[in-house]
Amino acid sequence: MLSWSNFVSQFFNGLASGALLALISSGLTIIYGTLGVLNLAHGAMFMLGGYAGLVAFQATGSFLIAVIAGSLFLVVFGVVFEFLIIRRFYSRPPEDQLLVTFGVGMVLVELVRWGFGSLSFTVPPPSWAAGVSHLSFMFYPTYRIVVLGIAAAALAVLYFVLYRTRLGMIVRAGIEDSTMVGMLGINVDRVFMLVFGIGAMAAGFAGIVNAPVVSLTPDMGEAILVQTFVVVVIGGVGSFPGAILGGLIAGEILSITSMFDPAYSEVMLFAAMTLVLLLRPQGLLGLPSRE
Amino acid sequence: MFRHRRFVIEGLTAIGLVVARFALPYLHVSPETANQILVWGLFGIGFDILFGYTGLLSFGQAAFYGTGGFVAAYLLINNMISSVVLALIVGALAAAVVGVAVGVVALRRTGIYFAMITVAIAEMFFFIENNPLSDYTGGENGLPGVPTPSINIGSLHYQFGTDWSLFSFIAGCYFLGIVFGLRIVRSPFGAVLIAIRDNPLRARALGHAVGLYKLAAFVIAAAYAGFAGGLLGVVQGFMPPEAFDFDTSGQLVIQTAIGGTGTLFGPMVGAAVWLFLRDFLQSAFGLGATWKLVLGLVFVALVMFLRRGLIGGAAAVLRRLAPRSAPSAPQQAPAAMPAIASVGATRRRHEAPFTGPVIEARSLTKVFGGIVANRDINFAVEQGELRGIIGPNGAGKSTFFKMLTCELKPTAGHIAFHGRDITRMNVADVCQLGLTKSYQVNQLFSRLTLRENVIIAALAERRGPFALDLLRRIDRVPGLNDQVEGTLQLVGLTGRADLPVAELAYGEKRRLEIGLALASSPSLLLLDEPLAGLSPSERAETVQLLKNIRRGRTLVVVEHDMDAMFGMAGRITVLHEGTVLAEGTPAEIQRNSLVQEAYLGGVAAE
Repeated sequence: MLSWSNFVSQFFNGLASGALLALISSGLTIIYGTLGVLNLAHGAMFMLGGYAGLVAFQATGSFLIAVIAGSLFLVVFGVVFEFLIIRRFYSRPPEDQLLVTFGVGMVLVELVRWGFGSLSFTVPPPSWAAGVSHLSFMFYPTYRIVVLGIAAAALAVLYFVLYRTRLGMIVRAGIEDSTMVGMLGINVDRVFMLVFGIGAMAAGFAGIVNAPVVSLTPDMGEAILVQTFVVVVIGGVGSFPGAILGGLIAGEILSITSMFDPAYSEVMLFAAMTLVLLLRPQGLLGLPSRE
Repeated sequence: MFRHRRFVIEGLTAIGLVVARFALPYLHVSPETANQILVWGLFGIGFDILFGYTGLLSFGQAAFYGTGGFVAAYLLINNMISSVVLALIVGALAAAVVGVAVGVVALRRTGIYFAMITVAIAEMFFFIENNPLSDYTGGENGLPGVPTPSINIGSLHYQFGTDWSLFSFIAGCYFLGIVFGLRIVRSPFGAVLIAIRDNPLRARALGHAVGLYKLAAFVIAAAYAGFAGGLLGVVQGFMPPEAFDFDTSGQLVIQTAIGGTGTLFGPMVGAAVWLFLRDFLQSAFGLGATWKLVLGLVFVALVMFLRRGLIGGAAAVLRRLAPRSAPSAPQQAPAAMPAIASVGATRRRHEAPFTGPVIEARSLTKVFGGIVANRDINFAVEQGELRGIIGPNGAGKSTFFKMLTCELKPTAGHIAFHGRDITRMNVADVCQLGLTKSYQVNQLFSRLTLRENVIIAALAERRGPFALDLLRRIDRVPGLNDQVEGTLQLVGLTGRADLPVAELAYGEKRRLEIGLALASSPSLLLLDEPLAGLSPSERAETVQLLKNIRRGRTLVVVEHDMDAMFGMAGRITVLHEGTVLAEGTPAEIQRNSLVQEAYLGGVAAE
């Protein structure tokens, strides 16, 4: 059972799911870092992305359009969510922010359950990525390789936006000190709205890209939300590189452990988080003073 | 908040539960629903102590609910314990032990980190229950066959059923839970929890071991959860694995927020709303599973618009209907402060008389990155001195002060207090030794009244850094009242004592800031710019206050007001660019050419 090819294929699985986790977590961490709000609706937004893609796919039959439509829908959703609700909570205690985003997440789940029922849906992978690929020593589902590529590309785009554009510079400055950014004459309101939109898009994009791998259910976001918490705690809250590192670590822990015994994969994940907390409470790439 | 009419709430609770027992059947409420409301309510009492009183929002209470429930159910089903009550208690204790372990990890961080970590740990429990321990917990099937309780006293035998008679048992548990919970939140221990929620930094600086209090609150919440989890098994006759679900933690949080925090009853009210909506919307409107959508929308609206939940909202309406008597007119501060030198002037710890300097810093250096804030400072203050520290902005005064109170660790050098090395101690322990500070920017407990603020400070001195006096009444702390009244009188705020801090004028807040430091009975008091932002008349009052409180104490004052400083200080130390430039009597300092050069720009002071 512990053959070499088995290990390599699990390792690839870990990379693919880790890259997706990294993508979702970077959305969570960018929103928290810039806006100071921990978005407990993030898992539900991941789920919403999957369903938005599903609707687009059913209407057009095109996976590409589904991905684009799902992502755009989540950007719009994120911007509206920020404008209508989140904005009123910047000056309120963090507990209230947690409560309201938790509530919105619940509403989203129940809304989707109301619209689509509790049954699961699947989105087939695009025809060019269906089937298995014959790597030199093993067979591997083609779409998983594609997922890895897409997630890596999306992270690269996010990196480019954050580190090579004017908006990214403002966002990174906002993570350091958003009050100061406002004083420098930058319209913080608009930047915050945009950041929330981008963070929501990261979750939604991951949701639709992931749809061919797992089936869609209304409460699929819950487990993902918990995993992204682990990822950002391991990597360091508010740190984009931390989210990527944490995502890959979490993905590998989950898939390598399940090679031995799937029942323990989640337990190992939380054990890793506990270890990081005890040895380096600020996370692997976090700054010590950020609370 | 710290003064209560005794037994009123307890009595009303008992009456309410008895009335409910006989009225609810006529309202067509099923006993299952009524029992579940109380189980959630009991679960929530502990959670309210943790969240509402201490300010720690945990999304992982399911871990303790499930632990207590499965331990109790396992013991009962396997006939290891025959008494249901005993099994429930053992379950609660097991949950408390688990709570210690989880708390030690989760409380390493605060705020959102704490919330995330509790979620993750609770999920870990869910998986452990489902897989490695499934031989004991039944995995996805749970544990069926949990018996109902019975009473055996001599020849008297009563077996509770599963319907309204079980409600009596659950109601009894809930009543005890409320009585115990009220004792806790009204105890000195509970007062410190409230202070921690309000301003953890100041609570620590006043000498409370904040970390231990948080852990204790966490463990209390875990024990309540464990007991309630055991009751869940009794109510259902079966221990469901869903007790460990994230949804369980989430439901508790939502119910508490709907009902309102900070009263202990909120979770029960929230549970009643939740279960009523579930039954009502499902049956009356035929909404089926969609009732949860309605509930979610109600919840979001409540969080947005009714911050303190239903109980808080109802209290606000009642207050508007029956306006309380107008607050007493602002009382002018007495022109001459009563000179009460005796109040708290002596610490209860009498150590061997020490004749050297009260505080002594040797070669103290602090480096931030590449910037040297303090370089090689030598500084000593004798018993009974009123020492002034002056220096231009950026001279390093605040950094120096923070090192003296152990808020900052020096890069090099040593600090001795009464001859004892305190360099590596923390701020709470140093305060317990008798060294504290009043802050440049007010650090008050803004949601409490003035008197309550002073009580928090005095409690640290009376009870030490940590005490688990859960059942003691706050007015039974020996000497507390005298110390509080004395301090209030000393700072001239007796007439304003029962106003919330938010209603005070700035000058009064400033005096309270000093009063907080005084109430911890320091032998050495550091004052960081006590006159900052005060009007000329307030300045004169505060200077008089400082002159009054110096009797029996040693004072070190940082201040920019030169006239005030030269008028009251015995000796003055001048800091400049992180080092000691000069030290001497006010007259010497005024004549010192170096000081004139550096501080006054070469122009001689008048």
